[in-house]
Amino acid sequence: MSIHLHNIAKHFGNTQALEPINLDIHEGELVGLLGPSGSGKTTLLRIIAGLENADHTAQPGKILFGDRDVTNVHVRDRRIGFVFQHYALFRHMSVYDNVAFGLTVLSRKRRPSSGEIRARVFRLLEMVKLEHLANRYPAQLSGGQQQRVSLARALAVEPEVLLLDEPFGALDAKVRQELRRWLRHLHDELNFTSVFVTHDQEEALELSDRVVVMSNGRIEQIDTPDDLYRTPKNRFVFEFLGDVNHLEGKVSNGVLTCGDAYWHVDLPDGHEELLLRPHEVRLTEQPTSESHLPVTITAISPVGAEVRVELEADWLAQPWLATVRHTDFEHLALRRGQRLFAHPRHWRRFPETESKATEQSRVA
Amino acid sequence: MRRIGDAPLIRRLLIGAALVLSALFLLLPLVAIFAQALSEGVMVFWANVSNTFTLHAIGLTLMIALLTIPVCLVFGIALAWLVTRFSFPGRRILQTLIDIPFAVSPVVAGLIYLLLYGRNGWIGGWLDTHDIQLMFAWPGILMVTIFVTCPFVARELIPLMQAQGSREEEAAVTLGASGWTTFRRVTLPNIRWALLYGVILTNARAVGEFGAVSVVSGAIRGKTNTLPLHLEQLYQDYNAVGAFACAALLAFIALLTLAAKAGLEWRAARREAFA
Repeated sequence: MSIHLHNIAKHFGNTQALEPINLDIHEGELVGLLGPSGSGKTTLLRIIAGLENADHTAQPGKILFGDRDVTNVHVRDRRIGFVFQHYALFRHMSVYDNVAFGLTVLSRKRRPSSGEIRARVFRLLEMVKLEHLANRYPAQLSGGQQQRVSLARALAVEPEVLLLDEPFGALDAKVRQELRRWLRHLHDELNFTSVFVTHDQEEALELSDRVVVMSNGRIEQIDTPDDLYRTPKNRFVFEFLGDVNHLEGKVSNGVLTCGDAYWHVDLPDGHEELLLRPHEVRLTEQPTSESHLPVTITAISPVGAEVRVELEADWLAQPWLATVRHTDFEHLALRRGQRLFAHPRHWRRFPETESKATEQSRVA
Repeated sequence: MRRIGDAPLIRRLLIGAALVLSALFLLLPLVAIFAQALSEGVMVFWANVSNTFTLHAIGLTLMIALLTIPVCLVFGIALAWLVTRFSFPGRRILQTLIDIPFAVSPVVAGLIYLLLYGRNGWIGGWLDTHDIQLMFAWPGILMVTIFVTCPFVARELIPLMQAQGSREEEAAVTLGASGWTTFRRVTLPNIRWALLYGVILTNARAVGEFGAVSVVSGAIRGKTNTLPLHLEQLYQDYNAVGAFACAALLAFIALLTLAAKAGLEWRAARREAFA
């Protein structure tokens, strides 16, 4: 079931939580709404669900599920599954009763027989691998188990659209990783349309078919994870998607200078701020004719496949972060306090006057 | 390593003081009530209790309590629901207004009702021309009792419902439950212990209320006399044993209430330990 939002806006009192938004989500897609807190992503999700009403303005917004206009349809009739951030399981009901709830509240005509309800609940519990805990109460389960119950409960009513509000936010890193992968499988297998909210860029990039980046009640960019990472439309998206190093200085005659550091760039004269990702910084023992950016190592932390190196210098307002492969790390024999030279491999600029214009540079 | 305030001397001193004060101010009077009531034997106690006027007072008191509880129950749930589930201008003021019956002296409450609904009152005059008498009759007693007891249920529910939030109800609605089903199957089970607790407190206050009731009842023996008023009259008539017999009845109801409350608390604690 595809989802179309047209001109959806929301005010809370005098604050605008959402500026008028248009968004199309295709059938079978898994879409992540990504943004910092207060960006309006949860509000948008709750509006899709019908838990919140969009503003009634001169040009009222519209929400379509496929061809069905659900703008004025009550939550309970929208046929959605909603998974809450803190699970919102019925605390006085067993796991079984929680999952069965949506089936038992159906009108007598549409309600399956109790035998069929039982079979369906156990099929769902099997799917979330919790059939052995059917008689437990929510308080007796771990966070990950509670989240799986809440997912099974939402799926019991066979929704056409599954909405998840920070589904893994309250879980520890390992469980989160596991559940993420599991949700992806489930989504591919059952083929419903899913929208989830997250503030974790890694989660959004890993899980989504497309990511909607939001800030201040606006959609900044909608793209596949790959395109989003490679071609961010603006500075906000670029900075939100990962660590960023800033280099600010004056360009004259193709040389950017900043204190005693300088660097040949192919830019017109004027004030410039260039942005680089940590993996775009190369470290050497000698300066080159292209660049002279002396830095000092202040911290080293080997994390996973790479070594993260923190760099400081007089000409830098904020320390830089560089990621180095382990082989390079050993080759350069890096240690704290060591003085080196940084070479940007690649950089971007987002001139403020042309906020949308993105410029990429040569590979150094 | 000892925790602060855990020195043996201080501990014994505090426990001792608590015990002595409780015995002196709580236990001793309670024992005295029953001792006085039975001071001339069980037969005299029984004669006093089974006196027509006393029986009528007991009946009236229980009737008022039985009528008050459902009203306060519905009012309390509605108010708590309104205050914790909706946001509207004046919500905070409303939350403060709930406490007025606690803040105002019951006698003042009684006087206000007399002023409004009495024969010469603003609304009472109109009622009088239509032959409706509220004051100096049981409806008046019921009205002031409701006024005095209406915050109990709401006060128990509001903090609990605030802490629980509305997520479970939202979850129920997304699963297709109607408003009534959501209330019956999700909200009510979550608040039932607080609700019962509120009812117990309401009942205790409704049975024991003196000040407000004494203003509006007129204390007509056999007609508008509640148990606390009857007790006072007997005492004024120098019938100490009779007065204490009534007091013993009231104390007995209070003890029953306390037992029910303790029972509920015990059950709630046990549920928490197992669930």
